[in-house]
Amino acid sequence: MTTGTAPAPTTEPTGPTVAVRHLLAQIGRYTFLCAVLAFFALPLLWLATAPFDDTPTVTASLPRFTLDNFRALLDNPYALSSLLNSVYLAAGTAALVVTFAALAAYALSRVRVPGRDALLYGLLLLSSIVTGTATMVPLFELAFRLNLIDSRLGVILILSGGLLPAAIFILKDFMDSTPTSYEESARVFGASPLQIMRHIVVPLVRPGLATVGVWAVANVWGNFLVPFLLLRGPDKAPAAVIMYTLYTEGGQADLRLLSTFSLLYSLPVALMFVFVSSRYGFRFHGGIKR
Amino acid sequence: MVEGARPVTGASPAPDAAGLGRARATGFLVPAMVLILVFLVVPAAWTIYLGVTNYRLTGLAAAHPEVVGLDNYTRALGDERFRTSLLLTLQFVLGSAVIGQAGLGFAIAFALRDRRGPLRRVVEGFVLLSWILPSSVVAFLWIALLDRDAGTLNALLGIPGTAWLLDHPMLSIIVFNTWRGTAFSMMLYAAALENVPRSHLETARLAGASTWQQLRDVVFPRIRGHVLTNLLLISLWTFNDFAPFLITAGGPEQRSEILPVYVYKVALSGGELGFGAAISFVMLLINLVIALVYLRMLGRRKESA
Repeated sequence: MTTGTAPAPTTEPTGPTVAVRHLLAQIGRYTFLCAVLAFFALPLLWLATAPFDDTPTVTASLPRFTLDNFRALLDNPYALSSLLNSVYLAAGTAALVVTFAALAAYALSRVRVPGRDALLYGLLLLSSIVTGTATMVPLFELAFRLNLIDSRLGVILILSGGLLPAAIFILKDFMDSTPTSYEESARVFGASPLQIMRHIVVPLVRPGLATVGVWAVANVWGNFLVPFLLLRGPDKAPAAVIMYTLYTEGGQADLRLLSTFSLLYSLPVALMFVFVSSRYGFRFHGGIKR
Repeated sequence: MVEGARPVTGASPAPDAAGLGRARATGFLVPAMVLILVFLVVPAAWTIYLGVTNYRLTGLAAAHPEVVGLDNYTRALGDERFRTSLLLTLQFVLGSAVIGQAGLGFAIAFALRDRRGPLRRVVEGFVLLSWILPSSVVAFLWIALLDRDAGTLNALLGIPGTAWLLDHPMLSIIVFNTWRGTAFSMMLYAAALENVPRSHLETARLAGASTWQQLRDVVFPRIRGHVLTNLLLISLWTFNDFAPFLITAGGPEQRSEILPVYVYKVALSGGELGFGAAISFVMLLINLVIALVYLRMLGRRKESA
């Protein structure tokens, strides 16, 4: 009954007016969906055409195909190194967040710490209220005092601090839903807590660790504000910042460079998204969870 | 951050199966807590202190900042630029989050509710793509789209020379942020709509209920919790969103200067750290109010349920 565009009035007892209304509703629905598609696809067109156009302009148009534009990436001293900087920041932050959050979530899941739930919700509330934008002044000041200005470690630490509460929350959920019987028997055989953690708990919650890792990488990869505030020179700046300087600084923007760089910089997150959605299905289930 | 809004902590399993012990458990907690304390809690608290000083990035007040009490706050309240910025932020949140993202997200989810197959995948794919691409890339995509002379939009509409970013900066960033963030609402409402029994909608439709009546009487009562969660999160995110800076940088003439951009310009470009911190604190308070209002509403909903 819901598959085709045509109305299916055969089973309906209420006569032709309902059928007509149904038809109109279907037409309305498809018109709406086409408009939505156009709205969301339009800005993306340029990203698909310009990198391969031999004379790229800001207008999206059918390209006269070439791959020459990608040479502009090699000519720019900061393009490729900024992508490496992004990898460095994303990998560092993800490693820190996954490790620390896993340890904390395990402790919170298995040991009765007094005030545990209050602590968790308090931190979560805090992390959603306290954002990089609302605390940019003290973050800048803090980095200055701790000698973390122009330091990639500083960016990693600040980003980790912001991501950790939610990461702990997600992972504790995973830990809570794994059975403790394996840990108990391992303990009977004399395994130490760290061994239990490494050989039993980590393999069991691997999907959770992967979720948090991917989520952290995606967050850091696109983050503009924190590296923009803290890193001074272009040699340490990640792709997010270099991208911005490419179209704001200095006269006429080089569209060959800009288009190919945008594409290359976007590709990892797009691929990660395709991977995650084909493997796990990229949607929320039931009570907005996982 | 998908979690959080509707916290569901299951009962924890039998305590301490691995024989961790209090001491080691504390050890496991410490690294994460130190990072959170130093880079989340301290900055929040420091905002309060800096906000009552005349601290500056350079000059005399940089070396010896003085406590000036509530001067920064009274100055902010009397400052035309701050009040304008607050109003613009309100427009931005209402227009792009509450109306734009939540409205469009729900409409898409509802239009796709019983669709499977390629149409749904293509629509969802594009909506999600606009959400996951890095913000400095999508910012440039919009600058190119809205370009005065060669932009794709003007070419399509046949009105070259319309300077969207100069003549309608707020409208531009509101539409931009709607485009940017609708995916989250769409997915959340898609999940929510799965909780609405299809037979109920079918019955209502056969009884001659219009789409609006179906929404009001069958759908909304069942997804009210999701709507609240959605509105809270996207309001908070939009309120603190820095991406418009990448498109208009607050201009022209501060006509799209929402609070995050305002703080950046006053504190870090202008060097008035103390005053900037005071504005930051006002932002934190507004965030807190948004969160508390939501928690209240959620609590009331649970009581009445």
